[in-house]
Amino acid sequence: MEAHHNIDLPQGSIEKKTTTLNIGPTHPATHGVFQNIMEIDGERVVSSEQTVGFIHRAFEKLAERRNLYQITPITDRLNYCSSPINNMGWHITCERFLKVEIPKRVDYLRIIIMELARISDHLICNSIVGVDTGAYTGFLYVMQYRELIYEIYEEVCGSRLTTNIGRIGGFERNFTNTAFTKLEKFLNEYPKVLKEFESLFTRNRIFMERTQGTGGISAERAMNYGFTGPNLRAAGVDYDVRVANPYSSYQDIDFTVPVGTTGDNYDRFLVRNAEMWQSISIIKQAYEKVQAFKGTDAEIFHADVPEYYLPKKEDVYNNMEALIWHFKIIMGEVNLPKGQIYSAVEGGNGELGFYLVSDGGRTPFRLHFRRPCFIYYQAYPELITGGMLSDAVVTMSSLNLIAGELDA
Amino acid sequence: MSLTNTSIQEKLVEKFGDQVGSFSTDSGILSFEAPAPSNLKVIQFLYDELGFTFLTDLCGVNYPDQKGAEIVVVYHLHNFVENSRVRFSIAVPVEKPDVFTASKLFESANWMERETYDFFGVNFIGHANLKRILNVDEMDYFPLRKEFPLEDQTRIDKDDEMFGRG
Repeated sequence: MEAHHNIDLPQGSIEKKTTTLNIGPTHPATHGVFQNIMEIDGERVVSSEQTVGFIHRAFEKLAERRNLYQITPITDRLNYCSSPINNMGWHITCERFLKVEIPKRVDYLRIIIMELARISDHLICNSIVGVDTGAYTGFLYVMQYRELIYEIYEEVCGSRLTTNIGRIGGFERNFTNTAFTKLEKFLNEYPKVLKEFESLFTRNRIFMERTQGTGGISAERAMNYGFTGPNLRAAGVDYDVRVANPYSSYQDIDFTVPVGTTGDNYDRFLVRNAEMWQSISIIKQAYEKVQAFKGTDAEIFHADVPEYYLPKKEDVYNNMEALIWHFKIIMGEVNLPKGQIYSAVEGGNGELGFYLVSDGGRTPFRLHFRRPCFIYYQAYPELITGGMLSDAVVTMSSLNLIAGELDA
Repeated sequence: MSLTNTSIQEKLVEKFGDQVGSFSTDSGILSFEAPAPSNLKVIQFLYDELGFTFLTDLCGVNYPDQKGAEIVVVYHLHNFVENSRVRFSIAVPVEKPDVFTASKLFESANWMERETYDFFGVNFIGHANLKRILNVDEMDYFPLRKEFPLEDQTRIDKDDEMFGRG
């Protein structure tokens, strides 16, 4: 009994039946900066509490001193697995707010880029679910095609991860032939790879047993928790912003919205895979529509918004009007109209909304990002309580949580 | 039953009379203002009677020049069946920013209210766990209020050579 006096145990720790386990903020199983303090009984999770905010960068405050075009790079850093969708979402918000008419060709080009981004987002998420269930191969295998998507971004805007792609009104330059060649290569090769990726996982017995019935949520609870995107659709609610509030001419494209039933990890995986197939078909349709523009119509890559779209450099040097606009845009001397707008796009992991309030100044008076994963991450304890600790890890990756978006 | 902005407005006026006002349809979404103490009544009415069962967004805005109504809380609700959205806002004075919590009705409001508390200091009455979420617990100000300035970009007293300013 002497030994007890040598160890200084906290009060009540001997009577305690459960173990407190800290996971994160930097842990290989969290894929991002997340901390979870779990109470576990053996291997079962009894309760859990999340801590967020480790990479909070005050984007909403920063945006209050920036012009519209300076906010685009901020949106890159929300969901960095699909930054083009965030960029386009921001541009679409601005264009709706400023009532800018966008040419159809620009809309279709944007659809191509956004769907590529969706594929790369889902690809990461699904292959990481594979990694967490012990199948590393899929992840390495599809990475090659994410690389090809990034090469297309690079061809269009010059950068890969934080893209800052496009401008208010359209794109900064027309798509090059190389971009289209790479897109064709992607459309030719990727379906085979996705097929193979699916055959690695979808009917794989180990994978099914790890994911079926874990991390499930009912449609009603999912809606109450503010789920959107693939996670909500996996629970059986067919809500997709592209259909409900079409933007960027999505109404011209034929596609279906895949839904699941149980809202568990397996259904989320299936919904994302099915969405990738839809995205491929959307890209094909949009690409056909782009190709239908001939002659001078095929040169259109932006709308005519001199107040917000930078003029060509030659014009700046040779033309007074263009020079004035160039300076006004760069110095941010364009006043916004008064008013407020909420505009949303279907991001990689749900409804990405922008709530913009303007008091007529040069910068937003207030800008709020509706970040889907910030809202649905609240449900995490409910999803994992009663399950195994190792399933909690899979649930976390199958929710597609992106720390950059969560913490804004 | 099909919901249009006008029919929603009529139903709200029928129920709440002149308590709700400042109706507008900026950018297609019906928006209106309600008095702060009846925010839950409005949300419950929208939820039960008009089918707005999805809380899209909840956030704060600070208008330092509106005396007695400096802090505004904005709700965005969505009716999936009718595919219509509605936005309403309530205003409270900055000295006593008390608002009833919607987290009993929407689980999703939990963190959104914590975020609004974190940045604007809105005190959500009845919230089970109202503490800071994105900022550090020790913080003693509410950073998205307008009185809290961003750093002066022209300041020269800061030795920041490593980060390209110095």
